[in-house]
Amino acid sequence: MKTISLNLYQARKSSIHSLDPRAKIIVTVLVIFSNALLPDGTWLAFGITWGVLLGVTYLAGIPFKFLFSRSLIVLPFAFAAVTTIFSTPGTPLAALTYPPVTITVPGLTRFGSIMLRSWLSVQAAILLSATTPFPDLVHALRHLKIPPILVSIISFMYRYLFVLIDEAKRLLRARASRSARLPHRKGGGNLAWNAKNSGSLVGQLFLRSLERSERIYQAMQSRGFQGNLLTLNPHLMGVADWLALMAALMVLSVIQACGRWWA
Amino acid sequence: MNFSLSLTPKALHIPDGFLSLPVALIFWAIAILLVGIAVRRTRGELGERQIPVMGLMAAFIFAAQMINFPVAGGTSGHLLGGALAAIVLGPWAGILVMTTVVGVQALFFQDGGLMVMGANIFNMGILTALIGYGLYRSVENQPKGLKLALAGLAAWISVIAGALSTSLQLWLSGTSSLKIVLPAMLGVHALIGLGEALITVGALAFLFQTRPDLLASQNKQHSKGWIAVGGLISLAVVFISPLASASPDGLERVATNMGFIAKGADAPYQILPDYTLPFLGETSLSTIAAGFIGLLIVGGIVVGAAKLLASPPVSEQV
Repeated sequence: MKTISLNLYQARKSSIHSLDPRAKIIVTVLVIFSNALLPDGTWLAFGITWGVLLGVTYLAGIPFKFLFSRSLIVLPFAFAAVTTIFSTPGTPLAALTYPPVTITVPGLTRFGSIMLRSWLSVQAAILLSATTPFPDLVHALRHLKIPPILVSIISFMYRYLFVLIDEAKRLLRARASRSARLPHRKGGGNLAWNAKNSGSLVGQLFLRSLERSERIYQAMQSRGFQGNLLTLNPHLMGVADWLALMAALMVLSVIQACGRWWA
Repeated sequence: MNFSLSLTPKALHIPDGFLSLPVALIFWAIAILLVGIAVRRTRGELGERQIPVMGLMAAFIFAAQMINFPVAGGTSGHLLGGALAAIVLGPWAGILVMTTVVGVQALFFQDGGLMVMGANIFNMGILTALIGYGLYRSVENQPKGLKLALAGLAAWISVIAGALSTSLQLWLSGTSSLKIVLPAMLGVHALIGLGEALITVGALAFLFQTRPDLLASQNKQHSKGWIAVGGLISLAVVFISPLASASPDGLERVATNMGFIAKGADAPYQILPDYTLPFLGETSLSTIAAGFIGLLIVGGIVVGAAKLLASPPVSEQV
């Protein structure tokens, strides 16, 4: 089972890894919140945020390259924001003849700020996944008062995600091995034929998933399942976790102050 | 096989930073409300089985999103799955399953943001489930071919609805100029939606043959309210999409008057020409007519595909 590409967790022994997952989730959300609150064009505040994120990355022993390459995931969405360069009214910077558009200074500022906010936020989220194993994240969600049923469903989904991805891979392999094709000759049928095949695969995967869920439920019942998942791990917030939380709050306050008054 | 492909963000997974705080929070509130009801309702239906069944169904949607088929020009058809989940599992279970999928994609794969997750749940889970279930249930006692056709139409509209809602959220956040993003998003997703429709119809056709009992089990619930909600949303999408694409100025003026946006930013150019019929001129009647003709064409394709798919199958054990 090849799950490496799906699993972002980077096992290390670092001060960041050993923090309580609750504290890490709260800090991550606060960072994203702080980014959203920063006004456009507060480059200094964005810069400090990035510096802090890089510092945490270093402390956690996560390769910068890993962080950077994963963070490019926000790039395709730039198309949605790129229009602000031209559509925001303000001092024109340059007017192109083809296409006939005017680039404005506030437009560029707005675009840069949106992209930076998004890029910094996704880096915070990557750091969270890279330094926290999945079961800890799920426990933390429960401690953060997310409804236990929802948390259990999420943990079930993650547990069987890889099993069902393997199942899907088997179906796709079976399709590929029965779809022999000679070179220079068009194989397979038309669009409807292809769609029907893929639809059957999806239907088949659905049936197998449903049957598996029945089996799992029976196994759970035979082991005394009573409707909720239990855990032995008490997950207590220690002194270090509270300190980290306080430190994060202070740093974010400084960043917000920077964005408001020294921009 | 390259599985990293399927994890690239689709255009409906909004990342953090692209929505303003108020927009993000409003959609979080809507999502929390509806997901809360969904948790309670599925608990009532499934009891203890809720956790394994919903968990596995969410994993199923995630895995099914990897299954693709070639469409013209090197592109491939993919599944979002919201409409299919709601049709097969019921509306509340569909919302819950899609919420779990969106949540796990955001929390563990950074596919979609955390602060904007409410909006992503609304666009990909709630709208798709309401449209998918509502339209499908409207032909409850009709022949199989019509059911499949409506399921395909619902799947197509659900993707367009997600694109429309995403565009409006981006615009209300001051991130995008409606004039450019709306036609672009709707145009691309009108195509993506075809893949969604075809796979949804294909999967349902398969289930009709193998496990008709599963599809019949949804028949116990009251459906009038669902049909009304799904139908109204679909109609709204069908009307608003062409109208707003053709004259976003009107929408922008309304929003400015109502205080949604402070600036009347005006793009001095247009990427896509207006969706209008030349002989009707550039009127709203023309754009609505154009929208309807588009809908009829797609509907025709979907009905045709449904007929093809409903025909007796070549026995093929996968």
